[in-house]
Amino acid sequence: MIELEDIWRTYQLGDTTLHALAGIDETIQDGEHVAIMGPSGSGKSTLLNIIGLLDRPTRGTYRLDGRAVGGLDDDALAAIRRRGIGYVFQSYHLIERLDARGNVELPLILDGVAPRERRGRVEAALEAVGLAERADHRPSELSGGQRQRVAIARATILNPRVILADEPTGNLDSSSGEQVLALLEGFRARGLTLILVTHDPAVARRAERVIILRDGRVVRRMPGRELQDLERALAGE
Amino acid sequence: MRFTDSLRLGLSSLRAHRLRTLLSVLSIAIGITSVVLLTSIGEGARLYVLGQFTQFGSNMFEIVPGKVETAGLPGVFGGTTRKLSLADAQAIEGVNGVETVLPSVMGQARVEYGGLGRSVTVFGVTSAAPALWRMSVRHGSFLPPGDAQRGRHAVVLGSRLARELFGAEPAVGRLVRVAGARLRVLGVMAPRGRLLGFDMDDTAFLPVSTAMQLFNLDELTEIDVTFRPEVGARRTTEAVRALLRARHDDNEDFTLITQDQMLGVLGSVLDVVSLAVGGIGAGALLVGAVGILTMMWIAVGERTREIGLLRALGARTSQIRSLFLLEATFLAGAGGALGSLAGVGLALIGRRFVPGLPLRITALHVGLALVVSVLTGLAAGVGPAGRAAKLDPVIALRSE
Ligand SMILES: Nc1ncnc2c1ncn2[C@@H]1O[C@H](COP(=O)(O)OP(=O)(O)OP(=O)(O)O)[C@@H](O)[C@H]1O
Ligand SMILES: [Mg+2]
Repeated sequence: MIELEDIWRTYQLGDTTLHALAGIDETIQDGEHVAIMGPSGSGKSTLLNIIGLLDRPTRGTYRLDGRAVGGLDDDALAAIRRRGIGYVFQSYHLIERLDARGNVELPLILDGVAPRERRGRVEAALEAVGLAERADHRPSELSGGQRQRVAIARATILNPRVILADEPTGNLDSSSGEQVLALLEGFRARGLTLILVTHDPAVARRAERVIILRDGRVVRRMPGRELQDLERALAGE
Repeated sequence: MRFTDSLRLGLSSLRAHRLRTLLSVLSIAIGITSVVLLTSIGEGARLYVLGQFTQFGSNMFEIVPGKVETAGLPGVFGGTTRKLSLADAQAIEGVNGVETVLPSVMGQARVEYGGLGRSVTVFGVTSAAPALWRMSVRHGSFLPPGDAQRGRHAVVLGSRLARELFGAEPAVGRLVRVAGARLRVLGVMAPRGRLLGFDMDDTAFLPVSTAMQLFNLDELTEIDVTFRPEVGARRTTEAVRALLRARHDDNEDFTLITQDQMLGVLGSVLDVVSLAVGGIGAGALLVGAVGILTMMWIAVGERTREIGLLRALGARTSQIRSLFLLEATFLAGAGGALGSLAGVGLALIGRRFVPGLPLRITALHVGLALVVSVLTGLAAGVGPAGRAAKLDPVIALRSE
């Protein structure tokens, strides 16, 4: 369970103070599927980075599974990221000089898993995203959708509890986007928490819950299926 | 994270930039090659010089005119009130423990026979010279023992000088001209090689008093003294010193140099040489280190996104740091291995084509060169690796 209590993230830019997040209170249950929306610069990525323990809030309390993570040192946070959180980025973030297998293997290497055990797990993870035959391909030899599926295999290989996806379909056409979403939702159906940032209402609508940010604050919360009404309402304004 | 995995990950990035990797490996390799070559030359020179000195044997000391205040090799400085004379040498023979005394002078002279002539270094010595200087006679005999004060018109030729003047003809019994005087050839020496830089084959040996007359010298160049080891160096030198002082109006206007002192002075000279060699090597290595530093700095900049990704995947800062350190160390280690091979190879080739070259390769030096190269890599990698580890993962992920 993710509990955010009055989370602020402040940047000091010369004389001006910029509040990327300005008091976020939010609780996300295990297994929830949440979409974060909002205009550019509203703080969506910042919020995701804080949830993912890549960034620390300037103020406020973040409890992960009941434990306040503010007091943990960098190594402890790294361990939680490694085992408990899977990241998916808009720009895939694959390492070009490694093939698909090498990229998917990275979390296992960082976790010190024995090479003999790794092989099978990597094959299975690639199989799960439908890319078993592309294991030897470099990222440059894969389509955008395929690259994102490699990234999903990498994010999930250590069986995390949470998947964080920052505009995972942002660079994809609708059919590869659909494949990627289906994969993510498949993992969520097996009990993972799925939190994704998106600009696309069609993507957000599939979430259980939609959070809308503006200027670092939550301005609306609603079930995904109600998003259509909101859009209509906004369009009608 | 396993060591082999870190290594594999590092190697994959080095492979991705082959040319750059090769260049920085070469930058270290060149440094190590020069270090290995320089140290083997330095070590060779050291052993060569030490060998030259120790061929006298260790139960020996020498006396030269003039007082040398500090522990240094005696020069021509220092005023002498009393000359170091043949009578002094004879008196030393009576000192308890003294075995042999060899008074000697040295000069340049032209040696002529028939129409041929040759300018050589000429030694004025006594019958003690062959034993002390480890020389032997090939034909005829050496200067006979007897009163050193009495001149004798005799000469013994070095092997080369005899060959140049007489060719295949026998030289013994012939008369040669040395500095204008006619001397009879008593013998010809066997080849001896060099002794302290003097060619002992292209030379002639005269009775010391004859040489002093011919060269118009009133003082000995030096007196070599050997002593019985059971009496001890200290007691003998002190007895000789006391005797000479008494003979020189209680003035210590001579210098007594023991083997230990000679070796000590040589040692300090050679230490300076080693230091210079080390300095040059360090300079070469520094260039290599800068090469690696630059390469790693660029690599960290280029791989900022990758570092951010690894952090997002749960890499600890220490893992990032060791990843880059390992890469730098590998570069330097590979350069060190390559450089050691090249250095040893060049030394072997050098020895093959220039036989006299005093080259001495020791496993210790090669091993040290390898260790130093690895340490160089570590040192060069610390900065870039630290920078990589300190990167803010959020910013690193966003970088282009
Ligand atoms: N390192 C930083 N220094 C200063 N300001 C920052 C920094 N990172 C983010 N910001 C600011 O914080 C605010 C929120 O940024 P964030 O990246 O979270 O927005 P976003 O909602 O993800 O936008 P987008 O939809 O364009 O990705 C922005 O105004 C941004 O300029
Ligand atoms: Mg964003």
